[in-house]
Amino acid sequence: MPAVQDTIDRVRKIDVDQYKYGFETEIEMDKAPKGLSEDTIRFISAKKNEPQWMLDWRLEAYRRWVTLQEPTWARVNYPKIDFQDIHYYAAPKSTPGPTSLAEVDPELLKVYEKLGIPLREQEILAGVQKPADSELDEANDNVYKSGRVAVDAVFDSVSVVTTFKKELAEAGVIFCSISEAIREHPDLVKKYLGSVVPTSDNYYATLNSAVFTDGSFVFVPKGVRCPMELSTYFRINEKNTGQFERTLIIAEEGAYVSYLEGCTAPQRDENQLHAAVVELIALDDAEIKYSTVQNWYPGDAQGKGGIYNFVTKRGDCRGDRSKISWTQVETGSAITWKYPSCILRGDDSRGEFYSIAVSNGHQQVDSGTKMIHLGKNTSSRIISKGIAAGFSQNTYRGQVSAHRKASNARNFTQCDSLLIGEDCGAHTVPYIEAKNSTAQFEHEATTSKISEDQLFYVMQRGIPEEEAIALIVNGFVKEVIQELPMEFAVEAQKLIGISLEGSVG
Amino acid sequence: MLEIKNLHARIVEDGTEIIRGLNLTVKAGEVAAIMGPNGSGKSTLSYILAGREDYEVTEGDILYNGESILEMDPAERAAAGIFLAFQYPMEIPGVATMEFLKVAMNAQRKARDEEPLKIPELLKRVKEAAGSLNMDMAMLKRPLNVGFSGGEKKRAEILQMKLLEPKLCVLDETDSGLDIDALKIVADGVNALRSPDRAIVVITHYQRLLEYIVPDSVHVLYRGQVIKSGDKSLAVELEENGYAGIIEEAA
Repeated sequence: MPAVQDTIDRVRKIDVDQYKYGFETEIEMDKAPKGLSEDTIRFISAKKNEPQWMLDWRLEAYRRWVTLQEPTWARVNYPKIDFQDIHYYAAPKSTPGPTSLAEVDPELLKVYEKLGIPLREQEILAGVQKPADSELDEANDNVYKSGRVAVDAVFDSVSVVTTFKKELAEAGVIFCSISEAIREHPDLVKKYLGSVVPTSDNYYATLNSAVFTDGSFVFVPKGVRCPMELSTYFRINEKNTGQFERTLIIAEEGAYVSYLEGCTAPQRDENQLHAAVVELIALDDAEIKYSTVQNWYPGDAQGKGGIYNFVTKRGDCRGDRSKISWTQVETGSAITWKYPSCILRGDDSRGEFYSIAVSNGHQQVDSGTKMIHLGKNTSSRIISKGIAAGFSQNTYRGQVSAHRKASNARNFTQCDSLLIGEDCGAHTVPYIEAKNSTAQFEHEATTSKISEDQLFYVMQRGIPEEEAIALIVNGFVKEVIQELPMEFAVEAQKLIGISLEGSVG
Repeated sequence: MLEIKNLHARIVEDGTEIIRGLNLTVKAGEVAAIMGPNGSGKSTLSYILAGREDYEVTEGDILYNGESILEMDPAERAAAGIFLAFQYPMEIPGVATMEFLKVAMNAQRKARDEEPLKIPELLKRVKEAAGSLNMDMAMLKRPLNVGFSGGEKKRAEILQMKLLEPKLCVLDETDSGLDIDALKIVADGVNALRSPDRAIVVITHYQRLLEYIVPDSVHVLYRGQVIKSGDKSLAVELEENGYAGIIEEAA
């Protein structure tokens, strides 16, 4: 862990407005001209050598999008986005689809080298394994006991490298970029793409459907338990570039997969747009665990710059006894608009949402989930922990509904908010709707402040103020951290600490 | 080791003066008891020693090993060796006691430019200290002070004190809420820490604790001042006659 510790030490020395991932990489880019039109979409589709059906799908989405209005119901404020002032495609020029690490632009590898947290891509991409002899101890000092992680790295608009492909293929698992899947597995893509988040779903999802440039595709066939964690790393690098990734994960009957995404972006004065769509499909007895560590650039201390993160994520528990679990650690972005949801279609299916949303500075978070109970005996669980500091606003927005036929639907929701300082806000907006009298929905919500008493107590033991706050906050979010894949849990905890630096004093 | 000179302090929020010209000296190796009726400023004194920001020192000084600590924050004072055992220890949800001990010990080591403790060494020290206080290791997996009984909380305070090895220990009403068995265990824990290079300040309302932790000096605090000092017989006298006589005498 020395690399990680070193990074943290370095970050400790800088202010809240000095985002630690704020470097820009000088890589020659191949870009689409600014602006959005049918021509832009044809350009993207041609760049990706897509078949005609894919282009048609995109164009249909675009034609719908031009008729839509940007939604305004979320508790976020930002100047109107000029959609004609964005590049919709940017690819590192020298990487026309590498198949091994050796073919990757060395500049790109340097990017990974600089990152370290949260994914340690450099090591993972290089295939370096963590020492297997590190022991788990009672004090939970070291959690690198994990196996390998297969990574798909998306750099602006292009997926640059996917690791462990061969080994996954042996297990029957397909893990590749969505562009490749469109070319190599068109039947699967045609069958499932847009089946959870249709092109008409909402303003940003429709935009994404028209212009999505890359993302990950995962297919786990019947009865297969994916032999390793899958991970995608997203980075926006180029100026004025939107990132519109599209991820599609399918777990067939009895399959299991755990997937993690991580995100960062360089520090810039202007805002950048990120509008992703993620679709998960779980058939009978399948289970998908999807974890996110989101650390997009949040803007500076005055609220200038930062990523607009408008994301549509939805899982469809299509089969009986299927299970989808979302875990998210959201520390970045100027604005977050994100509601990873579950459609509990299959009987006895289960949806889970575990969330930590940390906001500091002038960040605005409006995030939560939807649990749509359609099948019988479906159950869902929502644990949301919002932490607001600085001048930030942190809103939990959630919907739990039971359809007329969803007999014995069960939900438990717990929303806890923690405030640090006097100038931030936490808001909880739950919508609960039961059309079936046998449904049982429970909702608990608390809002608390880190008390002076607690802080004084912890500091009296010799723990400096910022560490003391991080310790208290990490205790507050423990329930959710435990849901993360082991090896990311420690890094997520550290990320939370870093995000809250400068929140006091 | 500790020298409090003409200390005046008030509550920041409303300006109420609580400490009004307090003088006190405690030498290394000494156990000093501070007694006094309710509202005399005993707990406030402990908070001010530990650096709580709700109080403002308006006059006088606190010297620790000859140097003023007034500009130091609570964490710096702790790292310098000042420990306060709280009357009401705080609950820290989600943070296992063991984890808290590790973070605190290593934070202090870091402040002294020492390497963090290796896990086996840490475990060894904790096991030893917990054993001497009759504490179950299973308890250390629970979040700090959450759901602990009054006695468990006080024991956890003494455990932290043992492990952090402070030079100046301040115990604020450590006897409150303890039954006699727990009191003995806690007192044994404190007595084990007596050493020529360590000073211990015991703040208590009753003489009972002082039967187990026998003080070298006893100071009576009233209205923010030390109105009388003496040896352990002063505590016995107070127990028998109450504070009224001494207060009158001083007035």
